[in-house]
Amino acid sequence: MGEIILEVQNLSKHFGGLTALNNVTFAVKKGEIFGIIGPNGSGKTTLINCISGFVRPDEGRIYFKGRDITGLPPHKIANYGLARTFQIVRPYYSLPAYKNLIIPLFSPRARKMGGWRGGGKYGDRDAVAVDILEELGFERDSRVPYKLASSLPAGYQKRLELARCLALRPELIMCDEIFAGLSMSEVATLVPLIEKLKMEGLTLIMIEHRLKELFKLADRVMVLHFGEKIMEGEPYEVIEDERVKKAYIGEEVF
Amino acid sequence: MELLRKERVDRGIKVRTEGIYAISGWQEMLYLLMPRLLLIVGLLALPLILGPFPYWKRVINMMCAYAILSLSFDFLANYVGLANLGSALFTGIGGYLSAIFSLKLGLPVFLAIPLATLMGAVLSTLLILPTLPLRGVYFAIVTLMLPLLFCRIIEALNILGGTNGISGVPGFEKAFVEEYTVILVLLGFLFSLRRLVNEDFGLVLRGIKDNDQAVRASGINVTWMKAIAVFVAALLGSFVGSYMVHLYMWAGLSLFALDFSVIPIASVVIGGGGTLVGGVIGSFILVPLSEALRAFGTLRIAIYCIILTVFIVFKSEGIMIYLQRKYHQFERWVKV
Amino acid sequence: MYVLIYALINSFILSLISLGFALVYSIARIPNFAHGAIYVATGYVGWLLINRLSLPFPLAIIVALIFSALIGALIYRIVLIKVRGMALSEIIASYAIGIAILEILRWGGLRGMTFMLPVLIPGSVEILGVSIDYQRLLILGVSGGLLLFLYLFTHHTKTGLSFRAIAQDERASLMLGIDSDRAALLSLSIGSAICGLAALFVLPLGNIVVEAGYSTLIFALAVCVVGGLGSTAGVVAASFILGFAQTLTEKLISSHFQMVVALLAIIGTLILKPSGLFGKQKELEERV
Repeated sequence: MGEIILEVQNLSKHFGGLTALNNVTFAVKKGEIFGIIGPNGSGKTTLINCISGFVRPDEGRIYFKGRDITGLPPHKIANYGLARTFQIVRPYYSLPAYKNLIIPLFSPRARKMGGWRGGGKYGDRDAVAVDILEELGFERDSRVPYKLASSLPAGYQKRLELARCLALRPELIMCDEIFAGLSMSEVATLVPLIEKLKMEGLTLIMIEHRLKELFKLADRVMVLHFGEKIMEGEPYEVIEDERVKKAYIGEEVF
Repeated sequence: MELLRKERVDRGIKVRTEGIYAISGWQEMLYLLMPRLLLIVGLLALPLILGPFPYWKRVINMMCAYAILSLSFDFLANYVGLANLGSALFTGIGGYLSAIFSLKLGLPVFLAIPLATLMGAVLSTLLILPTLPLRGVYFAIVTLMLPLLFCRIIEALNILGGTNGISGVPGFEKAFVEEYTVILVLLGFLFSLRRLVNEDFGLVLRGIKDNDQAVRASGINVTWMKAIAVFVAALLGSFVGSYMVHLYMWAGLSLFALDFSVIPIASVVIGGGGTLVGGVIGSFILVPLSEALRAFGTLRIAIYCIILTVFIVFKSEGIMIYLQRKYHQFERWVKV
Repeated sequence: MYVLIYALINSFILSLISLGFALVYSIARIPNFAHGAIYVATGYVGWLLINRLSLPFPLAIIVALIFSALIGALIYRIVLIKVRGMALSEIIASYAIGIAILEILRWGGLRGMTFMLPVLIPGSVEILGVSIDYQRLLILGVSGGLLLFLYLFTHHTKTGLSFRAIAQDERASLMLGIDSDRAALLSLSIGSAICGLAALFVLPLGNIVVEAGYSTLIFALAVCVVGGLGSTAGVVAASFILGFAQTLTEKLISSHFQMVVALLAIIGTLILKPSGLFGKQKELEERV
C-alpha cells in the first residue's frame, strides 16, 4: 500500500461550449478507497468516462499502473484491470443473473487469469459465475442466481453490477454512484461487501452522492465543482472545508 | 360479476422435460424430439416424394436457399442487433466468385462452392467492417446500398458479363447432390447456429444487442465480435449465392436482386424473429407462395413488404413463436 | 467552365434530394428508407395530375407537394409511430414501406419510358459561354431558396427552433415541453415535401422510372453518410463534394462510373472519418 496505481494529470474535457472537466489532477494509491464527490453537474461521470475510455479527453494524461491509457478504447482499459460500474444499471435482460457474468468471463483478461480463487477450471464459466455471485451475497442454494436479471430487486442488481466488474479480476474498480436508489437496508448490505473487497487488496474509486456512507468508507476524498478540483483530503478535512460547504449550499448534506 | 383474466401456464409435459428430466421417459423425449424430427425427416423426404415433379424440386431447393438467408438475417437482427437490409450482397458476391472459380480457375464444383463461400464471406465482411464501430443505422444504410451499387456498377461497366451474366457455369453432376446439398447445409446451419447462440459466444452477442456499453466495459472488443457475427452471416449468404449459380448454371445481375434482401426479412418477421426456425418456416411459406403468384411479377415483393409491415405494426409475434407458445403452454381463465 | 456549372447544378440537385432524408433523421432519428419511393410517387402523381386531370403544371406542383407531405405524415402516423424507439423495427418498417410503394407503382403502370414531367420554363440561356436550360437554373433557384427557407425556419420560428432543440438533445427538449411526436410527424411531412419538391423539379430533366427511386435513395444515403448524419451543413458540403466528383468523373472517364464514385466516397468516409464531414458522432456514452 502506498504506491500510486492511478494518476490523472491535467484532465480537461469540453462539450461544445460547456467545460465538463477543467485541469483535474489527482492520484490514487493502491489499496485505498478514494471518494469523489461534488454537486450535480460537477463532472464526476465525465471523469469516470474519460478514465474508462468511453470519452476521449481534450487535454491531459491518465496513467494506470504506470501505463498511459489516455484515449484507449474501453475494452482495452478493462483488460488492463480497470473496471467501472454504470450509474444506470442495465443488466442483460433476457439472461439469468449468473449468465450475465459469462460475458466478462469471456474477456481476454478473465480467460488469462484462469479460475476464480484458483478453484474451478476457467472453461467451466457457469460454475465460476455462480462462485462470484456467492462472494457477493447471492445465496448459492437459492434460486436467486438463476433468476432473470431483470427481475432482481435493486440491491441485487447493483451487486450484479459489481460482480460484472469482479469477473474481470480487476485491480481497480470505479463505482459510479453505486448507492444511488438503494434503501437503507440495501446500503447496509453493500457496505461490508465493499470493505471486504478493500481488504482483499482491491483499490476502489467511489463517486457518490450519499456522503454519510462514503465518508465512513473512504480513505481520501476529492471534491469536484463545475469540473474543477476544489479540495482533496481526508474525509474529516473535507467536511470542514469552507469551499466545499459553499459548493453544497442549499443541500442537506449530513 | 366475477372478474376473469387469462393466464398462460406451462404444460405439465414441458415442465417435466426441463434439464436432466428430459430423458426420464419416452413421452418426455418424444415431446422434445418430435418437432425437430418432423423438420429433419420432412425435409429429407421431400425430394423423394416429389421425385416425378422436377419443377417442384427446384422450388424446394429455393425454399431451402431462402431459409438459409433467413437464418442469416435472424441471427444478425435478433441476436446481435444489426439489421441487414442487403442479404443480396452476400449472394451476389458468393455467386459471382463461384462462377469465376469454376470457369476461370477450372475448379470442380465441390471445391468452388466452399471456396466461394469462404472468400465471399471475407470480402463481404471487409466491405461492411467500417460500419461496425458505428451506430446501427450505418450498418443498415451500407447493407442497403451495397447490393444496389454493385448491381449498377456491373451493369454500367459491363464487367462480369454485364447484363447478360456469365453462362455456362458447370452444374452438379448428380441430381441427388443438387437436391440434398442445400437441405443438409440448411439443417447443418440451423442446428449449429442454435448451438452457437446458446454457447458463451452467443451470449456475448446477445449482450451486445442488449447493452453494448456494458460489454465494452467488461473487456470485450465489441467491434471484433460483431465482425465475427457478420462473417458467419456472410458465410450463409455466400453459400446460397454459390449454390444457386451452379443450380442454374448461370451467374447474373439477379444475384443481387432485391428478392434476396427482402424475402429473408419478410420470412423472419412473419415466421417469428429470434427463433431461427421461424425464418425457416417463414420462407417455406413465402417461397411457394411466390411461385404461385408468379404472374404478378415484382408485385409479390410489394405484397410481402405490406404483410411484413402489418406484422410489425401489430407487433405480431410471428407464426413460429405462436406455435411454440401453443405447444409449450396452455391458456385458461382464472378468477382475479 | 461547362464542367464547373454543371457540377454546381449537380451538387444542388444532390442537396435537394438529400435534405429531406437528413431532416427526418436529425429530428425524428428515423432513417426514412421510403425516401426514394416518395420521390418517385410524387413525380408520378404530378404526371397523373397533369395528364389525366389536365391540371396546369404550377397547380399540379402544389397539389403533388401536398400529396407528398401527406404520404410522409401517413407513413409516420400509421406505421412508424407504433415502432418508435425500436431501432430495428423502424429500419425494417420504413425499408419495407419504401419497397412496397415502389413495386406497387411499377406494377400499377409505371413501366416503360413514357412518363415525363414537363419543364416549368422551356428553353435555355447562354451564361458564360455555356448553354444551360432554364429548368436547371430553376433548380439552382429552388434549392437555394429551400436552404434559405430552412435556415430562416429553424432559426426564427418557434417550431423550427424546437426542431433544432430536439435534434440536439431529445430528452432535454421533452423536459421543456416540446412534443417530440408532433415534431417527428411534422419533420416527416416536411422531409417528404422537400423530397417531392426535388422530384418535381429534377424529374423533368429525364423520365420518371421506378429505378430512380432506388438510385435517389442511394445518392441521398451517400450524401448523408459523407456529410454526417444529423448535420445539415454536412449534407450541403457533401453534396458539393459528391456533385463535383460525379460530374468530373462523367466528363473525364465516363458517366457509368458515377456509381463507383458514390461507393468509393462512402467507403472512404467510413474508413477515414466515420461520423462524416460535420457529423456530430455523439460520444459513445450517450447511446446508453
